[in-house]
Amino acid sequence: MTKQQANWSPYDNNGGTCVAIAGADYCVIAADTRMSTGYSILSRDYSKIIQLADKSLMASSGFQADVRALQKVLAARHLIYQHQHNKQMSCPAMAQLLSNTLYYKRFFPYYAFNVLGGLDSEGKGCVFTYDAVGSYERVGYSSQGSGATLITPFLDNQLKSPSPLLLPAKDAVTPLSESEAIDLVKTCFASASERDIYTGDKLEIVILNASGIRREYLELRKD
Amino acid sequence: MNNLIGSDADSQRTLYPYVTGTSVVGIKYKDGILLAADMGGSYGSTLRYKTVERMKSVGKHSIIGASGEISDFQEIMRYLDELILYDNMWDDGNSFGPKEVHNYLTRVMYNRRNKFNPLWNSLVLGGVKNGQKYLGTVNMIGVHYEDNHVATGFGNHLSRPILRDEWHENLTFEEGVKLLEKCMRVLLYRDRSAVNKLQIAKITEEGVTISQPYSLKTFWNFAAFQNPTVGAEGSW
Repeated sequence: MTKQQANWSPYDNNGGTCVAIAGADYCVIAADTRMSTGYSILSRDYSKIIQLADKSLMASSGFQADVRALQKVLAARHLIYQHQHNKQMSCPAMAQLLSNTLYYKRFFPYYAFNVLGGLDSEGKGCVFTYDAVGSYERVGYSSQGSGATLITPFLDNQLKSPSPLLLPAKDAVTPLSESEAIDLVKTCFASASERDIYTGDKLEIVILNASGIRREYLELRKD
Repeated sequence: MNNLIGSDADSQRTLYPYVTGTSVVGIKYKDGILLAADMGGSYGSTLRYKTVERMKSVGKHSIIGASGEISDFQEIMRYLDELILYDNMWDDGNSFGPKEVHNYLTRVMYNRRNKFNPLWNSLVLGGVKNGQKYLGTVNMIGVHYEDNHVATGFGNHLSRPILRDEWHENLTFEEGVKLLEKCMRVLLYRDRSAVNKLQIAKITEEGVTISQPYSLKTFWNFAAFQNPTVGAEGSW
């Protein structure tokens, strides 16, 4: 029999866009809820954001099966951490753990593009941004996934964060208020879903501040 | 022989499927889950088998529907039947629900893709347990999700738009069957590997029922079917 299928690939790209913004006393983390394969939509209501600890949230796009495997590893490692230290992991600690977990599979990578957002031990907003093999950096805001090419330059323009080359180092948190940051995120996704076919259906926004966690939803284009 | 570029184990990997089944469509309805699949088994583009059962019950609360490589599905059923058997042996009154079975399948499929030796299927899993309806799907590389309606392969292209239009939470059994038949009829018209012999499976709190095979009434006299080149001047 002649071969009729394209060569098998262990990877797929299920699309999706993630954004996180850190403020002085809050963190906003958002992602759309569309899951695609090629030109088809698999689900219009698949959440890409998970809570890893009390004060850290992760939004992930890329290959859904790898993302879920990664989430399970992090959840298991955090459970062990809680048993050993009798406390929740801090966001910067979770950031290092995520980097190590990604790099552990350096030669058969998790095809996952993550942003980690939360509050650090001083209650300040923090955002960590990654590549698939674990390089990471603490920033004031970040976007990952299929719509990142559209959203990143817009955020750069609107937020004008201080250069990381400045000495002495300046704080990377954004000067926006919480509600301004939420509005900015909504604008980003409304625009990205106009041009990126892998972004749409619904936007899930999670807001983390001193009083706890809150969720907001916004309907996006469904075509 | 066993080195970096090739080992004996390579020859046992599924690099492409042999006998395949086409779409499975599943929906939630008022009292549970309904699944539909035809009974064709294709050998490439040859319709080789015409009475393949592609939906099976798993334990008391779940039902599985498979498209893709039939032999891999039968292997999966051996895994599941063993899983259910060993679970029953505990005799502790607990039993696997659809959520547990779906999670198990997800891990099996992902684990096999990690070994570059996939089970060449897209699976649909439905069930009811403790009044909770469950409907999910997994494919051969481990991508999985839950939804109110799911479909594999061509079904995702041709049936899900119909379901998005017409599906609602309170479908009766009769309405659900009618909706699935509408989906299967479109697939029959447009998917060349679909055959007009199908089964519908139902699962409720009361248990699993898989229908006897039957055919859909078709109508081939549409003008576009009879003379497809009308209005396409210059084409052959």
